[in-house]
Amino acid sequence: MARDRKRYAMVIDTRTCVGCSACAIACKTENQVADGHSRVWIRTLTSGWYPALAMTVRSERCNQCTDAPCVRVCPTGASYYGPGGIVLVDPDKCTGCKACIAACPYGARFIDPATHTADKCTLCVHRLENDVPTTACQEICPTESIHVGDLADPSSEVSRLLAERDHYTLEPEAGTRPNLFYLR
Amino acid sequence: MKRREFVRIGSTATATALVGGGLTTRWFGLDRAALPQPGTDGDRIVPSFCEICFWKCGILAHVKNGRVTKIRGNPRDPLSQGHLCPRGAAGAGLLYDPDRLKRPMLRRDARGSQVFEEVSWDDALSEVARNFERIKREWGAGALVLFSHGYGGNWMKHLFKAYGSPNIAEPSFAQCRGPREVGFDLTFGSGVFSPEPTDMMNARCIVLIGSHLGENMHNTQVREFAQAIRNGADIITVDPRFSVAASKSRYWLPIKPGTDLALLLAWMNVVIGEGLYDREYLDQYGYGFDQLRAHVAPYTPEWAYPRTGLDPDLIRRTAHVMAGARPATLIHPGRHVTWYGNDAQRSRAIAMLNALLGSWGRKGGFYLPAEMELPPYPYPGYREQGAPAADRPQPSDYPLADELLTQGLCEATIPGLREQPGVKGWMINGSNVLTSIPNPAQTRKAIQELEFLVTVEVLPSESAGWSDVVLPEATYLERCDELLVPAYRQPYVAVRQEVVPPLYDSKPGWWIAKELASRLGLGDFFPWKDGMEYARERVHAAGLDCDVLQRDGVILGQLQPIYFEEGAPAAFGTPSGKIELYSQRLASLGFDPMPTWHDEDVEDPPPGYYRLLFGRAPVHTFGRTANNRLLSDVFPENEVWVNARVAAHWGLKDGERVYLKNQDGVRSTFSAPVKVTERIHPDAVYLVHGFGHTAKGLRVARGRGIDDNELVTRYKVDPLMGGTGMNVNFVTFVREADAR
Repeated sequence: MARDRKRYAMVIDTRTCVGCSACAIACKTENQVADGHSRVWIRTLTSGWYPALAMTVRSERCNQCTDAPCVRVCPTGASYYGPGGIVLVDPDKCTGCKACIAACPYGARFIDPATHTADKCTLCVHRLENDVPTTACQEICPTESIHVGDLADPSSEVSRLLAERDHYTLEPEAGTRPNLFYLR
Repeated sequence: MKRREFVRIGSTATATALVGGGLTTRWFGLDRAALPQPGTDGDRIVPSFCEICFWKCGILAHVKNGRVTKIRGNPRDPLSQGHLCPRGAAGAGLLYDPDRLKRPMLRRDARGSQVFEEVSWDDALSEVARNFERIKREWGAGALVLFSHGYGGNWMKHLFKAYGSPNIAEPSFAQCRGPREVGFDLTFGSGVFSPEPTDMMNARCIVLIGSHLGENMHNTQVREFAQAIRNGADIITVDPRFSVAASKSRYWLPIKPGTDLALLLAWMNVVIGEGLYDREYLDQYGYGFDQLRAHVAPYTPEWAYPRTGLDPDLIRRTAHVMAGARPATLIHPGRHVTWYGNDAQRSRAIAMLNALLGSWGRKGGFYLPAEMELPPYPYPGYREQGAPAADRPQPSDYPLADELLTQGLCEATIPGLREQPGVKGWMINGSNVLTSIPNPAQTRKAIQELEFLVTVEVLPSESAGWSDVVLPEATYLERCDELLVPAYRQPYVAVRQEVVPPLYDSKPGWWIAKELASRLGLGDFFPWKDGMEYARERVHAAGLDCDVLQRDGVILGQLQPIYFEEGAPAAFGTPSGKIELYSQRLASLGFDPMPTWHDEDVEDPPPGYYRLLFGRAPVHTFGRTANNRLLSDVFPENEVWVNARVAAHWGLKDGERVYLKNQDGVRSTFSAPVKVTERIHPDAVYLVHGFGHTAKGLRVARGRGIDDNELVTRYKVDPLMGGTGMNVNFVTFVREADAR
């Protein structure tokens, strides 16, 4: 499917993220996410033995993959690439078959108990595509660890951060080419 | 064929066969889906300030069709700067909590049975006024106590002062930050207060002692902490737990619990012994340096090693890092610091180390906050307070306490513990005394002795359950409160205004206080029509435009110098007028004039027991948010953090539910899952505070997790200021199977 030239990406700074979950709450209230579910969550990874320890705290969500398994497996075309490559779900087409949930290596999707359709992070496309330059999680983030922008624009903040800082993506072996990057 | 044409043809073709045939084309993914439009932007956006914790960030509440859809930071507000923590963002979870207190209630069965009858406001207020009048007549105004916490409490405090009772207390002093205020006041002639004037965004070195910023989520403070990380500041964290802050630190010092003062003395030993202190600053502002030099000489890092468990080289190296960055070195004063009963002296040691590094009044250390001039409301003067405060056996006890001691007021309520006639009635407003004051068995006993207890609350807390009268208060989003005029980097005033009208039959605090006052013949003290009129008059008296304040949420004042180097006055409110390293005041009161280590102050856990430590999660404010459905979704209950080796020894599995039992045989009411982790000292277990609620009406929070406070049956009282050191309890594990 044809895509516009924009390539939206999210860059999260794990150096400053304290895992407070403000992102998760802002997302829930912005997007009216169903009770008991969240599109955004915190993962804490600890390595070593007391007292020689290291820890990563990060905010996780849909990776907005360029090669998204959820889009590939969706039998009805409900999962699709929207503006700027954002992976979206059209609830009118989703049958709730859960193939996408099984296919997603990030556990980013769930079935909304009210609509019985797949739900996940939309990268606040309703904001980005309507001249609000931030996602809800980015806007609220107390440590300003979340950055959103257009990777096709080399002068964007996200492009600059990825050029300057050491970064990684999650589950690179899955070959999904995520557009969610973590700064070390 | 172009895609759009195909779609059009397809839908036309099938429309003849199917009613509402759009479905057919959509099914095959050929038309363009509508983008999701959650539609949560408000048709009205009302600025106010938050009350989910006590930092008081400026918020923007989005209201759509009369309902608060979301809460965001107010970019104009100096504290939130447009950002919020998870709790602030979840304010609607409190506003729309279906478990809220809805109507005034009178108790209709034994105290604590939580059986009430709903009554009219008039009946409820008359019952309260009748009891307040009677208590004053029979016992004097001092027999009535107000336990408060939070900004709404200002109306009740005003009522109590008008009534004539000096007995107004908040757990935020003796159970939280009191020792810090006293330790800093003794040294610099000024407490720290809130928001702490810690210049983290300019610091080149930050030292956190048990302060778990990031988990303890005071917005601006954490924002500045993140800024310090971005600036490349060296962070040194002292904590028996590998906190989130520790994981961001260059140095983590996994100290043996209870020995922080030994580390601070050793650091001072290195800084003085190696000549790393700010000589010029101390020559100019310091008092008693020579005494301090002699005092800390024996406290070498080698002396500290067996006490703290910290490598002497690590103690030296971190002292060098601190000294290398001075004066932009901030040894953070912490906030909840009532740990071991020597807390004011430990806080004083923190103040003194800051003084040695020249950080008070300096960029990157402590700035000198500025406050907007806003004249007080022209009330009539409060009446003469007859009796002294009832919180201490003798007025000379805990001579450095400058606020009242909550636990002392509980003691004064139990007949026989004191010589004075005692306390007979309580009002509780925004403070759940059973989960905030240690040894809740004693608090319960005090409650049972009371002649009268009224609670003004939003939620059916444990304290409300024990009350004779329960008054449902409007939430912070439904009411106007006292203006916020904080001492901060920049002077400003912020307004709390009604975002939506009060739900149910709840009423704002100003209305409750005013109505009670008029029934008590104290109407003169509440001459205004409503809370907003009060606020308007104060704003106008300062020559400011209240419409602007209500539109923007804040009015900023002029920037003023906040560092000595900018011209802020170097005035110290100590007896000597200098920074007191040696305190004549402490000496004359019979205390150590400089912090002194006493080995006997630290008790080791008995075999099979672990020191109970507790702290915060960023998602919760004490026990106040455990019932918030937005927040409990993310963090439903606390876990018992157990060191992996200890867990292996006990055969405890991650996620297995256990009860905790303390050294006095008190077992937690509920269980919690074990978190097997490397992140905690093997001598200690850790709980996030605020869980294990027992109140029936808290339908989400009830029975979830363990209440640390019910295991705090012992506390060590700080002889200087009466703070309750609570980290002196030891617990062991009781498996669910063995608990039956």
